[in-house]
Amino acid sequence: MANLDDLIGVDNPLYEKRKGVYPKAVDGFFRRFKWAIMAVALTIYYATPWIRWDRGPHAPDQAVLVDLANRRFYMFNIEIWPHEFYYVVGLLVMAGIGLFLVTSAVGRAWCGYACPQTVWTDLFQHVDRFVDGDRNAQIRLEKASWGPEKIFKRFAKWSIYLVIAFWTGGAWIMYFADAPTLTVDFWTGQAAPVAYATVGVLTATTFIFGGFMREQVCVYMCPWPRIQTAMMDEKSLIVTYREWRGEPRGSVKKAEAQPGAFGDCIDCNQCVAVCPAGIDIREGPQIGCITCALCIDACDSVMEQIGRPRGLIDYLTLDDVATEKAGGTAHPTLKTLFRPRTLIYFGIWCMIGLAMLFTLGQRTRLDLTVQHDRNPLYVQLSDGSIRNNYTVKVRNMETRQREVELVVKGLPGAVAWTSTGSRETATDRVRVSVAPDTVQKIRLFVVASTEGAPRSDFEIQAVALTGNERGDSDSVRFERPEAGQ
Amino acid sequence: MAKNPTDHNKRIDQPTGTAFVGHEWDGIEELDTPMPRWWLWTFYLTIIWALAYVIMYPAWPLVNSATKGMLGWTSRGELAAEMQAADVKRAPLVNALAAIPVEQLVANQKLYQGAVAGGAAAFKVHCVQCHGSGAMGSKGYPNLNDDDWLWGGDISAIHYTLTHGIRNPDHAETRQSAMPAFDGILTPAEISAVVGHVQSLSGKAKANAKGAELFATNCASCHGNDGKGLREFGAPNLADGLSLYGTDKATLTQTVKYSRQGVMPRWNDKLDAATIKMLAAYVHSLGGGEAAPVAAPAIAEAKAANGQP
Repeated sequence: MANLDDLIGVDNPLYEKRKGVYPKAVDGFFRRFKWAIMAVALTIYYATPWIRWDRGPHAPDQAVLVDLANRRFYMFNIEIWPHEFYYVVGLLVMAGIGLFLVTSAVGRAWCGYACPQTVWTDLFQHVDRFVDGDRNAQIRLEKASWGPEKIFKRFAKWSIYLVIAFWTGGAWIMYFADAPTLTVDFWTGQAAPVAYATVGVLTATTFIFGGFMREQVCVYMCPWPRIQTAMMDEKSLIVTYREWRGEPRGSVKKAEAQPGAFGDCIDCNQCVAVCPAGIDIREGPQIGCITCALCIDACDSVMEQIGRPRGLIDYLTLDDVATEKAGGTAHPTLKTLFRPRTLIYFGIWCMIGLAMLFTLGQRTRLDLTVQHDRNPLYVQLSDGSIRNNYTVKVRNMETRQREVELVVKGLPGAVAWTSTGSRETATDRVRVSVAPDTVQKIRLFVVASTEGAPRSDFEIQAVALTGNERGDSDSVRFERPEAGQ
Repeated sequence: MAKNPTDHNKRIDQPTGTAFVGHEWDGIEELDTPMPRWWLWTFYLTIIWALAYVIMYPAWPLVNSATKGMLGWTSRGELAAEMQAADVKRAPLVNALAAIPVEQLVANQKLYQGAVAGGAAAFKVHCVQCHGSGAMGSKGYPNLNDDDWLWGGDISAIHYTLTHGIRNPDHAETRQSAMPAFDGILTPAEISAVVGHVQSLSGKAKANAKGAELFATNCASCHGNDGKGLREFGAPNLADGLSLYGTDKATLTQTVKYSRQGVMPRWNDKLDAATIKMLAAYVHSLGGGEAAPVAAPAIAEAKAANGQP
């Protein structure tokens, strides 16, 4: 590659090679917390599509299903129709405000613990340790020339990456179709081309982003760290090195030789060794830090071994940094979480959630929309009366057949019929049968006398005859010719 | 190319160790931070992609056309394939429509609804020129939404009218009727009396005895004594509130004097049987369609009675 290096300039690189990150294994509170989150998150992701939920004969029995082909979204006993998409919008708004809340309270906790990029990178780094060994072995292997051992280990590692990546991509499509059926279809080559394309793309992105790009995704690609920087303030918790306690650095031996000359940091570099982003937290807050707190675990275990107090690296707010530097005591961690800003975010978040729950409980499962024909606006009939035509859509959002009566209200003498009826037998109401979980489109003809205002508003009501649930109504207009026409 | 970093003119930003570019805005200076190398690889990949794309797809404009590309893709070809796919999708409906007798179409609601949808599309292509986009018609062109039919409003009658047209000179089975022109047969005064009587039938004028008498001798054979018309002859109902040409005095005088000979093209030489059935279903669905087919009139008999060959 010497020629290429010449081309892109090694001396003054226009382009910088990635600096390898080989995080060391560590144990501690935050590491265990990360394990727990990884276990829960991955279990939810991989297992959810396989949960069954009985909805009767007219609906799929998958608990969580985004049925794009039929435009339905199922989540346990909730079924969302396309016109109820505002529930999804509400969830997205809640997710957004939830991120504001989390960021203002505990900084980049999303980045450190829950972001898929972090979770899968963490998983892939465990694969690295499983195949190559811990940090030092990994560095040795990276520097080693390509021999049988390196070829075998690279092949093994990348194969495991690929299996995980494929499984990840494969799990994604299960949310969009019946999982058991799709699995069979997928392996027998009968699934839709988009399923294979999706699995292919997601396998590739997981393989590349989780296996090779890793922290570069966070630093160069992701907009979220930059946005978060603007959302954090001096009261947000961030991972901080207590440099006023740690500096100047000196080994335990030096400190014993010259008591009082050195700080608590013994410059053991463990905080750097365990960092999955490859940064040195002692340089202060920086964009590369995802606040995963593994350096806290590493430093605490070292401090314990040498008998110094824990917390040389700790979750601190910038306010407390200033307080401690001035000789004061930091607030208790829990206390920093409760302040007007976080409480307001939490309040908004709860209000949206409660409002959505309320409307979800109140929503009707029989919906009516009526559209007046605009061409022609009205039809004059041979006996002098006026007919208007309407397109009526009755949505039956229950998984059973329902008899619905459409009633014309507020138009004196009007009669209505549909394409299967006739004017001779028409009354002010029409009965239609709506199949389960469908929208029935009905052409409704309404005739009224020519006497009346050129435009009269009236109402068409849909009343469900089966069951005692509420119906729906829509206000529409009846048009007559203007005088002289 | 990049300047040598040993260039002593380069100032170095101490905290990062990176050289300044030399641009400065209000004290904010730009650092010459190197791009990550993966970005370079991505850039090369896009170039390779673009090269492959140029080879595979039409790309370079030449004098008369562009290079064809190895895949042979064309937008016309894509359209043709999509149209063919649509035809294949429509085939079951079209075949079923071609097979079913038109009088049974209304009873088969599923097929009828499909036909109505197809007819709505075909109507926009073939019929709107005269009948208007809402099938409202205009003077001389019937409104297809209402319940007033010259030749019958059940689906079979509509289908017959569509198939054979009205007053097609070269077609034996076409709907045929000819009202005589009374200019010269009746005097202007007599015509005026008849017009008055016709207007009185729909309550637009007072009854007059002379007009009634003239109507009985000259018009009733087709329009009936009560003026309610006769569909077998395509003779319009003069007693209802609707009229094809208008019921004002001038228009009626012109109609009686010179007659009206509106023509509708036949469609059996232009459209396939399934499309004509679709159009019949669509027109029938507009609101005025009659449910029970009136016993199909013997056309020849009707013509004979009307004095037609």
